[in-house]
Amino acid sequence: MLNKRRFIQGLFTLVSAIICVLIGLALGFIILVVFSWSSYSSKGVPYTVGQVFSTAWEQGFKRILLGGFYNLGWKIPTRSLLLRSEICRIAPLLMCGLSVGFAFKTGLFNIGAAGQYTLGAYGALMCALILKLPWWACLLASVLFGAVWGAIPGFFKAYFNINEVITSIMFNWIGLYGVNTLMYGNGKSVMYNANESKVWKLVNKNASAIIPDMKGDGSTLFNKVFTNPSTIAVFIAIAVAIVLYVVLNKTVFGYELKACGYSKTAAKYAGINEKRNIILAMAIAGALAGLGAGLFYLTGTEQWNPQENTALPAMGFDGISVALLASSNPIGTIFSAIFKAHIATGGPKMEKTLFPSEIADVISGTIIYLCAFMLLFKNKLAARVFRRSRKPEGEIKK
Amino acid sequence: MIALALKFTLLYGMVLMLVALGGMFSERSGIINIALEGIMVIGALIGVIITRELQGYAGFVQVSVSVLCAGLAGLAYAFLLAFASINLKADQTIGGTALNILATAIAMVIAKRVNSVGGKLSDSARLKYSYDAFVYKIFGVTVNVFLFIGIALLIISYIVLYKTKLGLRLRACGEHPQAANSVGVNVLGMRYTGVLISGFLGGIGGFAYILPSIDTWDFKNGIAGMGFLALAVMIFGQWHPIKIFLAAMFFSIFKSLANIADSVSFLAKLRWPKEIYNMMPFIASIVVLTLTSGKSRAPKAEGIPYEKGQR
Repeated sequence: MLNKRRFIQGLFTLVSAIICVLIGLALGFIILVVFSWSSYSSKGVPYTVGQVFSTAWEQGFKRILLGGFYNLGWKIPTRSLLLRSEICRIAPLLMCGLSVGFAFKTGLFNIGAAGQYTLGAYGALMCALILKLPWWACLLASVLFGAVWGAIPGFFKAYFNINEVITSIMFNWIGLYGVNTLMYGNGKSVMYNANESKVWKLVNKNASAIIPDMKGDGSTLFNKVFTNPSTIAVFIAIAVAIVLYVVLNKTVFGYELKACGYSKTAAKYAGINEKRNIILAMAIAGALAGLGAGLFYLTGTEQWNPQENTALPAMGFDGISVALLASSNPIGTIFSAIFKAHIATGGPKMEKTLFPSEIADVISGTIIYLCAFMLLFKNKLAARVFRRSRKPEGEIKK
Repeated sequence: MIALALKFTLLYGMVLMLVALGGMFSERSGIINIALEGIMVIGALIGVIITRELQGYAGFVQVSVSVLCAGLAGLAYAFLLAFASINLKADQTIGGTALNILATAIAMVIAKRVNSVGGKLSDSARLKYSYDAFVYKIFGVTVNVFLFIGIALLIISYIVLYKTKLGLRLRACGEHPQAANSVGVNVLGMRYTGVLISGFLGGIGGFAYILPSIDTWDFKNGIAGMGFLALAVMIFGQWHPIKIFLAAMFFSIFKSLANIADSVSFLAKLRWPKEIYNMMPFIASIVVLTLTSGKSRAPKAEGIPYEKGQR
């Protein structure tokens, strides 16, 4: 009976997530049609409705849906750079999603993933470029830096009872400005390449810091796909997701953390050290987001630009949508991260003179907005099916 | 130097105060409005677009129409928060965060469309505008029109919240909605009022932030965390209009350091990177929140969706 209940609840979660995605995509398509129509009408030549729709589809929406497969059609992937960079994006998205989702499970809203991600990037790049450490040591550093940046809001929450949302946001900005200052160092930092006005490329300074790929000689399909920038990072991230699932659902430690999420006072009554658990939960969430940054920046595809990166990294906020779409389930997060990476890769491939690539962001923003109340509908529906009002799982408590 | 410091302190002070007053109305009615950042972005965007369209009209028309439109845009955007959190009982923090993320994306999409030339979309979301109609010089100090608008709205806010029936009912809904309902107050209506007022003030605040200090703005940057600072101002101001005004002035001193550091001799000698100054208001807010955490006067029912039968 219990298994059947859990199965049906899981099914409702899946269905409601898919509904959110479909509504988000539909809205994206409508915007594309409007843009397509307005560009036709401003040209002043006669046009048909069919043309408007086909432009919106061919040069816009189809490319979002194809994502990394854009220049391949639906053919079997070869050494497509686009596909490989889509896979490269999955790891950081998944880690940020896990970070936010893990915090949700323990009753905290980690909006600070962006800041922890920033610090993780600094940790990884600092170890790679200054200390010249190998890639795994750099990853550990990113974990450590992220964990510290996560633990601070946890500390303020536990001992001063300040809402972690506010402190995390403040530490996002402090972290961003701090990291930019350190990386730039008035142009004299060891990490900063003044000629490119970016942080040094890993290849030029310390190639051992790049996460290994499958050493693709192009002999098998697997080799072809997992060639830098798509590295073993994505497997590390998936392994972390599975470990997290086990910790949350099968261990005493996970149970204690979740108990604090359901009711802080009840957990305290049951003899759980709730202050320690809050700090620990935030530290783990921070570590996950930090690792995400390590897994991304140590592939060497993108360099940090301390002069240009004046907005918080979007990855941290994308983590919120990834986690919500998966109802914070670590295994579900894998799939929602793949989806998010897919449309984020497709967005910039749209015809730039017709459609702004941020339409992909509008789609995912809409999806989170819908997720904010879809979960409640789902729980009500499930409760009606069982004719028994039980405290719904996965609901986020303050 | 003092004139410059005064200019920026007043500018940022009014922005923070307006937005924090918005947050106050929303939270006093029982809805956490973390979407202020997004509301500011939308208000700023629409305000700027209207200002661009109104070039050549009389200054008074430019100012009044664009400020009103910025406020209404914020109000319309806040409606999304109200609908999700009041009617659909969504988690208010998540709904607000979604709206923040959405706002930057929407602003970039629209700004790129506005920048397009001859049916070809621009790749930049940077809008140019002129602020001549909004800025005056009084006794050598550059003052913008938002100083007067801000002070007027501060007085109105105080009167509405503490001297009218509406204000009393609104506050009751934030403290104990069931009790308010039992004496015939329409809780959902009051909460809508609170959120929509906050949207109006937030929209004007966003416009007031980007317009008078600089003649171009890249919407890629959103509104650079001002909405969240305003939330800290609101908490520091204990959800009270006059205290919010003082808190906003306190924070704006830190915020304006980045702008005046070059022209103040002893600060310029330190040669600190600009980022240190950018960091300061955020550090100040953490310190202040820690110090005031013990005696928080947050509305008791904020963040809790209203269920009619609940006790």
